[in-house]
Amino acid sequence: MKNIVVRFCGDSGDGMQLTGNMFAQLGAELGHEISTLPDFPAEIRAPQGTIGGVSGFQVQLGSGVYTPGDKADVIVAMNAAALKVSAMNKHYHDHAIIIVDTDALSAKDLEKALYKTDNPFTELGIPETVQIVPVALTTLTKEALKESEMDNKAVLKCRNMFALGLIYWLFDEPMEKAIRLLEDKFKKKPALIAPNTKVMVDGYNYGQNLALSVNQIHIEEAGVKNQASGRYTSIAGNKATAWGLIAASQKAGKRLFLGSYPITPATDILHELAARKDMNVMAVQAEDEIAGVCTAIGASFAGDLACTTTSGPGLSLKSEAIGLAVMAELPLVVVDVQRGGPSTGLPTKTEQTDLLQALYGRNGECPAVVLAASSSANCFDFAYEACKIALENMTPVILLTDTYLANGTALWRIPKLAELPEITPQSVPEALKGCYNPAIRDERGVRYWAFPGMEGYEHRNIGLERDAVRGTISTNPENHEQMVLARKHKIEQIANSIPELQVQGNAHSNLLLVGWGSTEGHLHAAADKLNCALAQFNYISPLPKNTREVLKQYKRIIVCELNTGQFAAYLRSQLPGIEIEQFNEIQGQPFAVERIVNYASK
Amino acid sequence: MQASDFKSDQYVRFCPGCGDHAICMALQKAMAQIGIPTHEVAVISGIGCSSRMPHYLNTYGFNTIHGRGGAIATGVKTSHPELTVWQMSGDGDCLAIGGNHFIHEIRRNVDLNVCMFNNRIYGLTKGQYSPTSPKGFVSKSSPFGTVERPFVPAQLVLGAGGTFFARTLDVDMPTTVDCLVAAQQHKGCSIVECLVNCVIFNNGTHAWIADREQRAEHSIILKHGQKMIFGRDNDKGLTVEIDPVTFVPKIVVVAADDPRVLTHDATQPDPTLHRLLALMGEENGLPVALGVIRNVEAETYDQAVNKQIADVREKAKAKTFDELTATLDSWQL
Repeated sequence: MKNIVVRFCGDSGDGMQLTGNMFAQLGAELGHEISTLPDFPAEIRAPQGTIGGVSGFQVQLGSGVYTPGDKADVIVAMNAAALKVSAMNKHYHDHAIIIVDTDALSAKDLEKALYKTDNPFTELGIPETVQIVPVALTTLTKEALKESEMDNKAVLKCRNMFALGLIYWLFDEPMEKAIRLLEDKFKKKPALIAPNTKVMVDGYNYGQNLALSVNQIHIEEAGVKNQASGRYTSIAGNKATAWGLIAASQKAGKRLFLGSYPITPATDILHELAARKDMNVMAVQAEDEIAGVCTAIGASFAGDLACTTTSGPGLSLKSEAIGLAVMAELPLVVVDVQRGGPSTGLPTKTEQTDLLQALYGRNGECPAVVLAASSSANCFDFAYEACKIALENMTPVILLTDTYLANGTALWRIPKLAELPEITPQSVPEALKGCYNPAIRDERGVRYWAFPGMEGYEHRNIGLERDAVRGTISTNPENHEQMVLARKHKIEQIANSIPELQVQGNAHSNLLLVGWGSTEGHLHAAADKLNCALAQFNYISPLPKNTREVLKQYKRIIVCELNTGQFAAYLRSQLPGIEIEQFNEIQGQPFAVERIVNYASK
Repeated sequence: MQASDFKSDQYVRFCPGCGDHAICMALQKAMAQIGIPTHEVAVISGIGCSSRMPHYLNTYGFNTIHGRGGAIATGVKTSHPELTVWQMSGDGDCLAIGGNHFIHEIRRNVDLNVCMFNNRIYGLTKGQYSPTSPKGFVSKSSPFGTVERPFVPAQLVLGAGGTFFARTLDVDMPTTVDCLVAAQQHKGCSIVECLVNCVIFNNGTHAWIADREQRAEHSIILKHGQKMIFGRDNDKGLTVEIDPVTFVPKIVVVAADDPRVLTHDATQPDPTLHRLLALMGEENGLPVALGVIRNVEAETYDQAVNKQIADVREKAKAKTFDELTATLDSWQL
């Protein structure tokens, strides 16, 4: 097969995220393209064996991989509840293989998962074309570890490795590499290496020796050969974001300051940056979301590269302070890892519903730069770009990612700092010493940055309106209008230094799919199937200069987004006269390629 | 350095007769006395009458948004501990909208000098009651009198683990300058409650002690290491008595030559006595305590967090981005 989709699902304590990650990483190391989708419940530990506690991890491997896949070829269900959740959500296609732990289908297990009969497969209506592979995972794991001195609970924690070994056999993966990877994953808990390796190898051998009723599946030669050569790793979006910020700080020669408050699904960025003291990162876990952005604004006033990270509810709380950074014209990077909303909404699910909040959710005429990353790996590039734009243009930049990018992993080509674009902070020229004020601008309309500690540049910055010449408080009517337009112009001129919009796919088609941010993989796969063009936006405010020129070449334009049409509304307001259709889903899940194709084929 | 070195070119726009004028002058005097150059000083404020202060000081200044001065000042000081950072705030900015940042800057012991101007009223919004207005206070937003209990700022500071608390009065310039200088010298979060008069909306709110005739009888200026003596003729002293039934300690006035008169120890880590002193006032017939009430040493957040980074970096193998990426599991394609 060219590519395969595997979904591991079980109880949230069954280690499904680890199992899925290990499988994906081995695939990546073997040269496959990968895309992963962790799908876990909001509860840390829902009651064991219940539907609410099911945690899943889906991965697609192979070549031409743009998404984690719509439906799985292989499902590993560790218990009755996981089997039920998979069936209810149609996580597999009609010819899939389902490997299920038969030890976890007792009457008690079925009862916990709210089955009504004692035959789960019939009750769930699993099609006969689906191949069920019953394996007594629990018994076999206990058997594998019968000579160890581990207690029963610890033994049961190794079940996931038996399943993983079995999956490795199914796809004919090399066990030497798998063992090395396992040793690496458990290097901080060396006592667990031997038992887990034993169970994993037994799982592999079980497939090998018992000649299960399924055939091994061979994944075709790795498809990444046409990608740029270099060193690769697999990286999750949140980590890539954190590392993009670190890289930018070192390139710009500025200390990285993070002010943040824990919020799902953004917290991993805080975790990563709090751990990166070796990179001279100052990470402050603030008392609330507002203090997160305000400590960052303080650090920016004092001359640091300052960031705050959050999700939708936190962005709401930070609105007033982002307005202050707009007014005070200070560089600031705000990362919004979007989740399902409004209010607390769906904290662990993905959505693109903060776009209009990012663009307009502040009092007054308050323009800021808005960027969106479009893959887990390019979270690095756009975090870096956000810092570059902020430092060079003295403005807040809001970077939108989302749950799907944040938790999903993708293959990332590791760059060297030297090959990344230069970053030139808008430092104040020596000539202004003694006559500096915060209203003085360069020919682009960007004010200069002077900060405490610099002798001869003492000044007072404000959130009040300032005089366009003297930089002090002003309530003059004409001055206010002039300043509103100056701040607007400052954002608009950034279009001169960002890349133009490039169409992907068949540029000569009549049909153009339009998307922004995290939907790129799904839309790319859909455009391939439709043999049409795709315009995926990473730069949202300002838009690339050639946006109108590109869009007007197409007869039919469909803007696809995971909201009710926010980008479509924005494009209509920015590009009046261009006809736009919409395709929207708001289910807290990434797009299914099939549904986009079906809609566009109408 | 001279006080004039710290005066900006801005016209001071406090109302004529406002207590903030006096604190502004005291700040310029204190900053000159401290002698840190203007470019190494950052003055951060929120919103309110007192938050205009940065405009009148020839240092780096940032007049921000309502209530958030504490968080912004925390960012300045934490990122650049070499700077001297002042925060200007009022009873509304600090204790209402900014209450969370206020208690957390104190809890963390960020090395800031915080001037909290307490006039027990919202002035800039033209006369609403504040968290320090006394119960029953009639204002535009409490036409029938408030039913809320007020904060005693010192209690909040001590409750949050405060290491420095001073109280001063707009009309007492020498004590104000002394308190501001002591706040700067203290390493940690120094709170100076400046009792100021709002001549327009709450005139005479501190009259019990501001009145020149009464001040000596109604207030006591506490000085570390000195006996707690007050009164027009320095004839009264303070001591503590413990109720024999409830064991509740209380401060009582005795004759100045009574051997039981206490000596002020601002450096005592236990806050019990500092709290009793800070709670004295018209309500209990005891003199209002002015001066530095509490001044104890403790590690500051900005020093600790920067030290942790320095310690990690000293031992770290990877210190640059390229060295960091070299530690990843990676493969060549």
